Amino acid sequence: MNSNKAVLRAALPLTIPVFTGFIVLGAAYGILMDSKGFSLFWILFTSLFIYAGSMQFVAVALISAGFDPIGAFFMTLMVNARHLFYGISMLGKFKGIGRIKPYMIFSLTDETFSLLCSVEPPEGIDRKRFMFFISVFIQGYWVTGSLLGGVLGSMFKFNTKGIDFVLTALFVVIFINQWQSTKNHIPALIGILGAILCRIIFGPADFIIPSMIFILLMVTILKRPMERRGFK
Amino acid sequence: MTYSSGQLLLFFGLIALGTLITRALPFLLFPEKKEIPKYIKYLADILPFTIIGLLVVYCLKDVTLNRTPYALPEFISILAIIVLHLWKKNTLLSIGGGSLLYMLLVQNIFV
Repeated sequence: MNSNKAVLRAALPLTIPVFTGFIVLGAAYGILMDSKGFSLFWILFTSLFIYAGSMQFVAVALISAGFDPIGAFFMTLMVNARHLFYGISMLGKFKGIGRIKPYMIFSLTDETFSLLCSVEPPEGIDRKRFMFFISVFIQGYWVTGSLLGGVLGSMFKFNTKGIDFVLTALFVVIFINQWQSTKNHIPALIGILGAILCRIIFGPADFIIPSMIFILLMVTILKRPMERRGFK
Repeated sequence: MTYSSGQLLLFFGLIALGTLITRALPFLLFPEKKEIPKYIKYLADILPFTIIGLLVVYCLKDVTLNRTPYALPEFISILAIIVLHLWKKNTLLSIGGGSLLYMLLVQNIFV
């Protein structure tokens, strides 16, 4: 068993890119919540228990438009349906991790997922705690960032226009890293071109689920050639 | 704020529940004791390579190409990120530089 300190030292540096993104984006969320009149309590509550970056922004827009909790619930299922893919991808990695498993599942955000599936613990480092630390750190950044935003928002006025681009930048960088990690670019192309196609056909509000269906269909049709060629 | 604490608890609580359902469903459908079917194993391996592209498009879903600024801030900033990242291979620099450039563009140039 290695010490928590050794695991910490292995996990912490890997979370730095998300640190920047989540402190800034969390702050943007806190500032937005504050501008709508929400107290620090609700900022903390949502970042702790909803803990889904883009959905929290959507939630602010929804509650500002009127009180419709059932509508908001179904909206959440639609917006977050992409999480189903993360769960499927993590079935193996989360197997046998014991009592941390519920938290690992709860905290499976876009960023946590993309980090967990792209990093491996260094030799001799306990994989369970390594993954757990990554997930806890990332939520810590998000909660800290959003509280910071709530406090700052009540003190100063900011021009935060365009700040949400941090997330786009993060995913573009992950996309490049992933692209360079493999010779087979067909899965990446299916994802990006399928999503663009569905965005054009179905519009910005309703394209996620069609994109997921498209991706599933394509990778199913191409199962044999993909397995033969290898894609990892 | 015109809502009561109880209303807010229900509202945000249901959003939290909806989010949790989307995250937990695969694990409920395929518990550890059950052998994961080969097809699902294949999906588990290949989906991560497809989903990041979907996320990039998801972030850009509201840009419009047919009126000003013709998605130019996004296009320029993403190009900058790609060049920076291929050149320096520094994740922090690529994300920070690209985001600052984007904010500069939408706040000062393509207002």
